[in-house]
Amino acid sequence: MNAVVSTGLPTALTQHQRRPIKGIPPKTWIIALAVLAAALVAAFILIDLRGNIGYILPRRAIKVGSMILVAYAVGVSTVLFQTVTSNRILTPSIMGFDALYMLIQTGLTFAIGGQALLTMGAPARFVIEVALMVAFSFLLYRWLFTGGGKSLHLMLLVGIVFGTMFRGISSLLQRLIDPSEFIILQDLFFASFNNVDGLLLLVSALAVAAVSVLAWRMRHQLDVLSLGRETAINLGVDHKRSVISVLIICSVLVAVSTALVGPITFFGLLVASLAYQLCSHFRHTSVLAIAVLLGIIALVGGQLVLEQVFAFDTALSIVIEFVGGIVFIALLLKGKVK
Amino acid sequence: MIHVSGVSKRYGTQTVVDDVSCYIKDGGITSIIGPNGAGKSTLLSMMSRLLDMDAGSVTIDGLDVNDTPGRELARKMAILRQDNQLTVRLTVRDLVGFGRFPHHGGRPRIEDKAYIDQALDYLDLSAMADKFVDELSGGQRQRAFIAMVLAQDTDYLLLDEPLNNLDMKHAVEMMRLLRRLTDELGKTVVLVIHDINFASCYSDNIVAMREGRLVHQGAPAQIMQPEVLRDVYEIDIRIEEIEGNRIGVYFA
Repeated sequence: MNAVVSTGLPTALTQHQRRPIKGIPPKTWIIALAVLAAALVAAFILIDLRGNIGYILPRRAIKVGSMILVAYAVGVSTVLFQTVTSNRILTPSIMGFDALYMLIQTGLTFAIGGQALLTMGAPARFVIEVALMVAFSFLLYRWLFTGGGKSLHLMLLVGIVFGTMFRGISSLLQRLIDPSEFIILQDLFFASFNNVDGLLLLVSALAVAAVSVLAWRMRHQLDVLSLGRETAINLGVDHKRSVISVLIICSVLVAVSTALVGPITFFGLLVASLAYQLCSHFRHTSVLAIAVLLGIIALVGGQLVLEQVFAFDTALSIVIEFVGGIVFIALLLKGKVK
Repeated sequence: MIHVSGVSKRYGTQTVVDDVSCYIKDGGITSIIGPNGAGKSTLLSMMSRLLDMDAGSVTIDGLDVNDTPGRELARKMAILRQDNQLTVRLTVRDLVGFGRFPHHGGRPRIEDKAYIDQALDYLDLSAMADKFVDELSGGQRQRAFIAMVLAQDTDYLLLDEPLNNLDMKHAVEMMRLLRRLTDELGKTVVLVIHDINFASCYSDNIVAMREGRLVHQGAPAQIMQPEVLRDVYEIDIRIEEIEGNRIGVYFA
């Protein structure tokens, strides 16, 4: 039996002790981004404020409120999703979550008719859709994320197949329904920040607040989950339960953003990747705050520039998708796929 | 004491671990050896609740790994796998600090810092505590993860192929370190290992597996026998006694 006790490890290991370049602390970033976001929001509401203020102000408030809510929903859902799946490439949108939501909208129109949906009102419709969304994403995606050892490529492939399938079924149903009902549906899908329903915004905000409480209570576990499944289990985190909670949080948040503005595939990837770059700290409270603020800046700032400088306001999603798509390809090429 | 009783794992029709039972007594190093595909890592994964078992049960100090709350188990037993890829950028101190999570649940107390400093010191990582983990070499990164499970302050430490990807020098250092953990801190270490000679020189107990079954268990002197090793590996291995250690010669 060899029981030699080493007296100390070689000094070579301690020689080059370079202090890491810490960069700007997350707190500074959060304050700076919050100031910028607040300035953009104020500018968006106040610029060119003429005429009937009682009419314009609430309209602008709803518009900016929906942008903030979408930025929040997309930023938080993307970061949480990437944490529990231990990757920096997949997002709920890439995995087909918003295609699933659109399929639910189409299916509902197909089943009970567009007129019935309209008379039901936006909030009631939204509640039903969110409930269906949570149920279906739980059924369809749970197996993919709770077990260990699924490769990123498999998940990406499943996401693409699911997304294509959901979109395929949607377009089939759209062909089958009455043309006048199709127009109602199209109105839902191509919703932009210009025609958000105030009541829908309120219901969405409540839904977001509810899942945020759940996420806030999980914040410490989320930090541990970012170390990967096995390390998280070793440290006593109930992995299966956490993944299911995040899956539910993500389905609600995706439903909110899709209901408000329609699908935006690469926006989440864009803000999450930027947030990881800026935030030198791993804590979710910091990363999430930065991701949400970046989202608000991109949406409100982008919309402001498009409206004021280019004088047209429908192309923001195209710009975001273009930049986000480039980031997606860059991340893939950088070999971050592990 | 770890009590493995009738544990099995099947994938479809293939049985990877077949009705394995054994006792691992407290203190000392237990090595699990066997050829590729013998089910060593699968058994260790089930012992540490990383993988669900199809049959049987495992208790650690009387706690059933299947139904004890994760956090309670995390204060009793730590598991370290080989491929520890981090997607987040962490300093060594932050990583080691995570080892205290089962104790403080996200709200570090003053005494947690002492455990972290102690673990860093024990693995000679204090000088690079503020470095990022991705700046370290493979051997250093492995020590950082060991420091994390050391800060976890558990009686039992389970390691899956801790010598994988380590050169001779680092492999010897790792085994000496594990020896120190058992001799100085009284921990119970269970590891999966491929090198029978490291197992022979450093362990107190060897468990040999083949085709999902436990085929032999005993002290190194009992396992390091040509007929026993032939039964496990199906090759002829000559045993030489060098400086009191039994060394298997199988290179030619």
